[in-house]
Amino acid sequence: MSPIDDNHLHADPGIEGHHPGAGSARAPTPLQRQPATTIFQKGAPGRRAFLCPELDVPQVPAEALPERFRRAVPPRLPEVSEPEIVRHYVGISKRNFDLDSGFYPLGSCTMKHNPRLHERAAALPGHARLHPLQDPERAQGALELMWNLQQALGEISGMAHVSLQPSAGSHGELAGVLLSRAYHEDRGETRHKVLTPDTAHGTNPATVTMAGLEVVKVATNADGGVDVEDLRAKADSDVACLMLTNPNTLGLFDPNIEEIAAIVHGVGATLYYDGANLNAVMGLSRPGDMGFDIVHFNLHKSFTQPHGGGGPGSGPIGVSDRIAPYLPVPVVARNEDGTFFLDEEREKTIGRLRGFHGNYGCFVRSYAYIRSLGADGLKDASETAVLNANYLLARLRQLGVDEHLPLAYGELCMHEFVLSGGPMKRELKIKTLDLAKRLLDFGFHPPTVYFPLLVDEALMVEPTETETKETLDAFAEALAAILKEAAEDPEIAQHAPYTTPVRRLDEVTAAKNPVIRQELV
Amino acid sequence: MLAAIGVSSLQEIFDRQIPENVRLGRDLDLPPGRPEQDVYAELARLAEANISSEQELSFLGAGMYDHYVPALIDMLMERSEFLTPYTPYQPEISQGGLQVMFEYQTAISELTGLPVSNASTYEGPSAVAAAAYLAKLHNGRSRIVISAGLHPHTIQTLRTYAHGYGMDVVEVPLSGGVTDLDAWSAAVDADTSAAIFAQPNFYGAVEDAQALSDAAHGAVESDGPVVIAQVDPITLGILQAPGECGVDVAVGEGQSLGNRLDFGGPSFGLFAAREEYIRRMPGRIAGETLDVDGRRGFVLTLQTREQHIRREKATSNICTAQALNALGGVVYLTWLGRRGIVELGELLLARTHYARETLAALPGVHKLHEQPVVRELALRLDADVAAVRRRCAEQGVNPGADLQALTGRPEDEGGLLVAITERRSREDVDRLAETLGAAVAAERREAVSV
Repeated sequence: MSPIDDNHLHADPGIEGHHPGAGSARAPTPLQRQPATTIFQKGAPGRRAFLCPELDVPQVPAEALPERFRRAVPPRLPEVSEPEIVRHYVGISKRNFDLDSGFYPLGSCTMKHNPRLHERAAALPGHARLHPLQDPERAQGALELMWNLQQALGEISGMAHVSLQPSAGSHGELAGVLLSRAYHEDRGETRHKVLTPDTAHGTNPATVTMAGLEVVKVATNADGGVDVEDLRAKADSDVACLMLTNPNTLGLFDPNIEEIAAIVHGVGATLYYDGANLNAVMGLSRPGDMGFDIVHFNLHKSFTQPHGGGGPGSGPIGVSDRIAPYLPVPVVARNEDGTFFLDEEREKTIGRLRGFHGNYGCFVRSYAYIRSLGADGLKDASETAVLNANYLLARLRQLGVDEHLPLAYGELCMHEFVLSGGPMKRELKIKTLDLAKRLLDFGFHPPTVYFPLLVDEALMVEPTETETKETLDAFAEALAAILKEAAEDPEIAQHAPYTTPVRRLDEVTAAKNPVIRQELV
Repeated sequence: MLAAIGVSSLQEIFDRQIPENVRLGRDLDLPPGRPEQDVYAELARLAEANISSEQELSFLGAGMYDHYVPALIDMLMERSEFLTPYTPYQPEISQGGLQVMFEYQTAISELTGLPVSNASTYEGPSAVAAAAYLAKLHNGRSRIVISAGLHPHTIQTLRTYAHGYGMDVVEVPLSGGVTDLDAWSAAVDADTSAAIFAQPNFYGAVEDAQALSDAAHGAVESDGPVVIAQVDPITLGILQAPGECGVDVAVGEGQSLGNRLDFGGPSFGLFAAREEYIRRMPGRIAGETLDVDGRRGFVLTLQTREQHIRREKATSNICTAQALNALGGVVYLTWLGRRGIVELGELLLARTHYARETLAALPGVHKLHEQPVVRELALRLDADVAAVRRRCAEQGVNPGADLQALTGRPEDEGGLLVAITERRSREDVDRLAETLGAAVAAERREAVSV
């Protein structure tokens, strides 16, 4: 059980020679273990960073802003100097694990490398300081970029039309369900049901409710795919659409996809593709060719927009011809003379979903990615993502990990796979949560845990294409080492982690008596 | 690797999983990949094909503003530790991001005068739509009363969402540049779920927020609607805080706080509320707690509101927030500090006032209303706005946004919306006056000669 790699943040598992669970583990560094102090608890009256530009116009008369509209007490913001701000935020940044520091196999999140070229390009003033209401003729570069991105996403997905407007995957889902609803309403039909598999992301059912429709769950069959008979029984003329991820959240490509599409289309419903797992099939298989009518993309997953610790994301949607009239506005279109414009005049549009044109800064990064990789590179990315996932799965089998952590469904996988921690919990007395926490001591970000819901003690692993064989081997060995350790002493994992800036946190009390801001004296 | 997997080729992995009929079987019709320097050159060419706020004297605003972004924000937002993690699902190794959320929530709570803030939503207009959903969940009613002073993108976004919510949107007109108080009171009935106005409104006017809140709350005998204000956070150093004047939920576009223009996104939406709405809030919320050793720490909390737990009964479908942009927001507010936010507000007020008086003194240029303005002002030109804007552009000046092009309202014909940030000095305003005055005069001469 050796440290993984000197470059990892917390490489030493950290409990050698110590009794586990007693809080006796070595601290990582004094800085990381300093008690948390917020910026509101720092500084002193009168201290400041900002120097206001001088007042170069006459003082305003009092009646310019009557007293009753004025704020009585200024907001109690911090009073700190610039060096203090820098020390503070750089200091707390070191209490974060990040993709640039180590392996991050978070299933369904596609934590692939974020090239720094993209940051440099997005920061160019022509992009970063471009006002969204700049006249289209003086924003032709931005519109060309957006148009090119629409075309590229359309080609990758096999969808004829693309709108870049939605701000994130969940926002794209809302657009998609509203599009499906608008399509049916335009045909004079009121369809109130949306089918979602029981393996679906939580955003799917939440979105359906917000769009005013009703969720009907479809069962999963023994192979991990959609239960076609259950689908057939539930597909009727009240169904607006079926929301599906393919490969699904178990990392499996549904072999019955053509039949599923036929059933859904047979009752006049639409087929919606949740693009969370597009990273498995770029250049290999296209949702449009599988029969999908509406697709959302996650630029922050498949197209490497950095996740930013929880956003920003970007969730463009692609649609087939019959859904195109309802697309949200604006859509970038091209004039006959080759110039570009924002098309806002679409008679049957569902309308706007947000201000302006979408998360352009994300478009710049994802467009840079698509231009860097090209047709071959995108295909290679998906192939390697699938190869890496299957290799990691095989390596875990070689190490005997599958004895306690078997693959939940199937034999091979696409870009990710789901293990069940059920046997591990019964036989080794450690839960998936314990395994995840112990992985932190090995310098790895754990996989997604307890999702999808239908797998007992689920562990969802997505290595992505940008990881090396050495990293995959090290991760497999760490999992094997933790299971071996648990067989000898399950308490070690049960009380992990030991080497992190804080240890297990009391989430129950946090939710029961929420303290969600700094109290000020 | 293939041997370990037990396949003879990479192709076999796909052949065994993807049905032949749905395999692409050809190359994507995209150009080949390029080396980094070539891609950079292309992205630079596209950037150069735009006229940014660096290349002209721009008074564009109308929802996004060219405020100065201090250098330390670039540095912090580019740090790997903030740029590249996912949502903090493992709090033990995500204390940095969680603490930023906690500090952000504190700053937004202070700014709005409301006790509860989430960790951010997508952006401004959709935050208003999310607030309307909170109101629907809270009281189950079906009408949303809105002021015509909301940003047109907000109104359009709200209408899109309201169709899904099964709610009607009723628009109350303006009178003298601000929401018509009598019409506002009359529009609120027992079935009104939410009453929404903007402060300052889209025409730059400062509304009487207290009067609007009181009127909405008092319009019906029973429990009144949820009063929602769309605020501009950078004005809150000098303008009454929403929590001070009866507002229940404050939402708004956060871009003016340390975020770039980025042609409209990404930025962040702020979302704060009174205590009673805490369990109906959308999005992520960070909370304070202790670890097993008694050390202070932060976690994502109140997660039973959220889609990954509650699924179809969630308070929102929001999953990703705007953590990185919210970091920019809290660092900006910290950089401004307790005094700076007031000083900056006073500067914007003085310059905006100066700009309005200077511009409205030009022949053929009038104030659109007489209400107080703090960072943006609306004018009416006796000339075609599009033509005037073109003439100004030739002089390197972008005089502001064409009001009617955005609202589509007949009464906004001739309207120009002029934004004044701290980057626009008196000298800049004087140059605008000269350019705009000449352009309006030239257009009027041309109109007469035709």
